[in-house]
Amino acid sequence: MKAMLTAFVAIAIIAIGSNLVLNQAGFSSQEQGAGSAVRLDN
Amino acid sequence: MQIRIFALIVAICMSLFPVTSVAQTADAPDVSREATGGAQTLEDILARQRGEVVDNGFRSSDIGNPDSAAAMSDQLGTLGGASDPELWRALRFGTADIRASNNGPAATVLVQDGGMKWLLFREGPLTTYGGYLLIGTLVVLALFFLVRGRIRIDGEKTGRTVERFKAVERFGHWLLAGSFILLGVTGLVSLFGRKVMIPLFGHESFAVLAGASKWIHNNVSWAFMIALVMIFVMWVIHNLPDRTDISWILKGGGIFTKDHPPAKKFNAGQKLIFWSVIVLGASISVSGLALLFPFEINLFAATFEKLNSLGISSLLGLGELPTALAPHEEMQYSQLWHAIVSFVLMAIILAHIYIGSVGMEGAYDAMGSGQVEEQWAREHHALWVDEVKAKESATIKGATPAE
Repeated sequence: MKAMLTAFVAIAIIAIGSNLVLNQAGFSSQEQGAGSAVRLDN
Repeated sequence: MQIRIFALIVAICMSLFPVTSVAQTADAPDVSREATGGAQTLEDILARQRGEVVDNGFRSSDIGNPDSAAAMSDQLGTLGGASDPELWRALRFGTADIRASNNGPAATVLVQDGGMKWLLFREGPLTTYGGYLLIGTLVVLALFFLVRGRIRIDGEKTGRTVERFKAVERFGHWLLAGSFILLGVTGLVSLFGRKVMIPLFGHESFAVLAGASKWIHNNVSWAFMIALVMIFVMWVIHNLPDRTDISWILKGGGIFTKDHPPAKKFNAGQKLIFWSVIVLGASISVSGLALLFPFEINLFAATFEKLNSLGISSLLGLGELPTALAPHEEMQYSQLWHAIVSFVLMAIILAHIYIGSVGMEGAYDAMGSGQVEEQWAREHHALWVDEVKAKESATIKGATPAE
């Protein structure tokens, strides 16, 4: 049971972590798809 | 980037699950286009509307010619040698000179008619047969439960337990299981959104659900891939086929009889589950990565080329598969493949969940506490228990100090 719960927590940590890492590494859809003339933030 | 090994795996699997919508045989008869001066005829349009493949060769290169443009001062000179229909044809057949301010290879493809085939297949056969497969699996399992009931431990329980899976093995299993269930549910939300969920919940509520589903699906995928590698490394050695599998299969695993064919750590049925998870899971992961990083990983042009050259596509009656694919088409095929293989794996996993929980007494403990009742182990994995016991007694003997 402990192994199962630890795994479920690990899934959450990996998901949040990968989202942070990919966004910071410039893999957001905005950075990948939009050119310099596009201002999605503003 | 092209992953050729995956292409080969896909080629092999493709022979099992042919995507019939990609047939490219031109079934329209030769038509005379004299009456329209070479332009498409009513018959061409009707054939296209009937869903037949129309060879557009007669007009795809008819996109005007800047060299023969009239002088600027002449009539239509400002069009630069291409009429509006010719310009639209160039857009339609992907030969127009497009510049776009956004990035990526898809930005300059303004008309992609392959998309319609994808949309219809995704909304039609994919959701219909995928849904039937899952519901059918649940019905078969329910019937099996009614007929066979719970598979009980036949002998008398010993009260002693044997360690079946270590904590790290159970962690890897639940990492894979938890992520797969999340991915399965969110994947189904994405696929059935427009057809089933929007009519039920409305656009506003579905938008929130779809956004959350997308976030979970994209980010939980990494846990699935990590777990897949863990499971492969930890269990591959126990899942290599051997001669005990033959007798296990011949006796049908003892599912319909009270007979218990001897098995090692994993029986032939479990080995089938293992290899299904590894092969289909890897295929889902690679097509998923292609979707996570759009237009970066193009798998299908290379795969179709292989299928054509090996003669598999013609053997399956698919004719020559297209090898020049628009960037969107690569993504569309990836999406279809991702969904088809996922449906198959979901059906297999439903059966796995059944037999690991309500279907068999004592089975859940293997992944719950890791400790299984010795009698259960003797009935289902007799050869494995003998190995464990032999190791235990060897350790005890080795630990006894010499006198």
